[in-house]
Amino acid sequence: MSMTMATDEAPPATSKLKDERTSAIAALTQPKGDDLIGRSVTINRPREELFAYWRDFSNLPTFMDNVERIDVLSDTKSHWVVKAPAGKTVEWDAIITEEKPGALIAWTSAEGADVPNSGRIEFVDAAERGTIVRATIAYDPPVGVVGKVIAKLFQREPAIQARRDLRRFKQLMETGEVATAAWTQKQRDEENA
Amino acid sequence: MRALTWHGKHDVRVDTVDDPEILNPRDAIIKITSTAICGSDLHLYDGYIPTMQAGDILGHEFMGEVVETGAKSSLKKGQRVVVPFTIACGSCYHCGKHQYSACDNGNPADNQDIGQEMYGQPMSGLFGYSHLTGGYAGGQAEYVRVPFSDVGPIIVPDGLDDDEVLFLSDILPTGWQAAENADIEPGDTVAVWGCGPVGLFAVQSAFLMGAHRVIAIDHFPHRLDLAKKFGAETINFEESKTYEALMEMTGGIGPDAVIDAVGLEAHGFFVDNVVDQIKASLFLGTDRTHSIRQAIHACRKGGRVSMPAVYGGFVDKFPLGAFMEKGLTLKTGQTSVQHYMPALLNAILEGKIDTTFLISHRMSLEDAPKGYKMFHDNQNDVTKIVLKPGLAAAI
Ligand SMILES: NC(=O)c1ccc[n+]([C@@H]2O[C@H](COP(=O)([O-])OP(=O)(O)OC[C@H]3O[C@@H](n4cnc5c(N)ncnc54)[C@H](O)[C@@H]3O)[C@@H](O)[C@H]2O)c1
Ligand SMILES: [Zn+2]
Ligand SMILES: [Zn+2]
Repeated sequence: MSMTMATDEAPPATSKLKDERTSAIAALTQPKGDDLIGRSVTINRPREELFAYWRDFSNLPTFMDNVERIDVLSDTKSHWVVKAPAGKTVEWDAIITEEKPGALIAWTSAEGADVPNSGRIEFVDAAERGTIVRATIAYDPPVGVVGKVIAKLFQREPAIQARRDLRRFKQLMETGEVATAAWTQKQRDEENA
Repeated sequence: MRALTWHGKHDVRVDTVDDPEILNPRDAIIKITSTAICGSDLHLYDGYIPTMQAGDILGHEFMGEVVETGAKSSLKKGQRVVVPFTIACGSCYHCGKHQYSACDNGNPADNQDIGQEMYGQPMSGLFGYSHLTGGYAGGQAEYVRVPFSDVGPIIVPDGLDDDEVLFLSDILPTGWQAAENADIEPGDTVAVWGCGPVGLFAVQSAFLMGAHRVIAIDHFPHRLDLAKKFGAETINFEESKTYEALMEMTGGIGPDAVIDAVGLEAHGFFVDNVVDQIKASLFLGTDRTHSIRQAIHACRKGGRVSMPAVYGGFVDKFPLGAFMEKGLTLKTGQTSVQHYMPALLNAILEGKIDTTFLISHRMSLEDAPKGYKMFHDNQNDVTKIVLKPGLAAAI
């Protein structure tokens, strides 16, 4: 730190020196590397409305940043195309394994997926605050493969991805749009790439 | 377009950057006619606020003309609007309670991590104020993209000049909220630390809310004179000791309510302040806090502390004991601008609040770097700089 101060006396997190700044920010937001991720968010909308939007899996890419496309194949089966580094994609089929209208959807990847995974989303009334939405996403990587490797496969640590996706879901449901600080379409496309 | 961009400590430049575009249905694009430099911008200028990136466009106090609207904006092309510096969605739980500055949705999802880690909950979005609060491009530019334009901007009635309404964007509501947070009761004596724009509007607001006496504290004679014009008594902290003077003026009781309108860059010649400065520049977990310490020390027993001043991190030697033993209460926060705008616009129309007195300099956007330096170096004479993108550069 003291070496940096000689050329730029600003605090590291505001430093002109890009590396210094990046590592200061990264230290604050470091991924924890879980492969079982549970997250809750409270959304100021009725339970049924949130359930209905989620239940149509083709909607998920509107807020799941790393999901390029989901084709709905039948009432319970869907095909997921997920972004991976270097313009590649990872794909799998998912099957809905449990459903309670207005309350719960659970799904799991079909036999043969590269990265077996499953997800579960619950919707619980929160009185005048709307609905508590609780997501659990689990990855079941081949033996010896840890979260960091999944992150490489998916561009981002799954825990961070899930947390951010839920926030985007909340934004979309509450405001009708996903907030962006970009000021040109080009910038936004780069952020989403 | 041309825009004032941050490149590091004491390094801001006017660059040519891409024009903003409509990206979301509730967006509008505003052509800026007036935009001010704020005391908060000096915190960025001095490098105190983390998560700035080179090229960030500054500016959160601005107004202008609507030139483009998204499908769900309620604004119309040609309307003149003042834009709140807080970006709020209008539909989350907090917005429903008019806590606009606590909006859940103004800050893009990816940017919320930093605030969540630092403060426990993510911050809302603000224009031109670091990536902690969204990383939104600010309004010290020719154009700006305004999200949630159906909730924030207030339409300016015909016949009002920019200079009369520009400060609805931040400092007038901030001074007003500061006085409101002081829970003023009739007969109260209110002390205000700092006679910058926020402090001066807090002085006016405190009188309008029924304060019997307002005591304003600063060391710039010109700024103290402005406070006097509104009926305040004053203390120049270079000439007298603030605590002693306050005790003398209040018959040994202390002010009923105290307002800290100084913040991060408190000036002073006190040992603890010098230590704070060194620590702050090394980012060792302290804000420079002399004004808030002094305010708590002087406040009467059972009194109220209002803190519009901005602090970012941890604080050393915070007088928690005095706070507890005297049974004080503290209210603070970024201003919920949207909540106050309509009533304050009326107050301006009715002539109850004067805003134009504050403007000491008007200059071209091209001269903004000079403006930052002037504001930073000469706070006595420079009370507020308004940039007008329409004006030619002075060269
Ligand atoms: N809460 C919000 O939403 C909000 C909005 C706008 C500004 N702010 C904050 O309010 C504060 C004031 O803003 P401003 O634009 O008026 O700033 P400013 O820098 O123009 O004014 C600060 C004044 O405080 C005086 N001062 C410094 N040390 C002092 C001390 N020890 N005792 C008494 N006075 C002292 C300075 O001489 C100066 O006149 C800043 O911290 C700013 O970031 C908060
Ligand atoms: Zn401001
Ligand atoms: Zn909101």
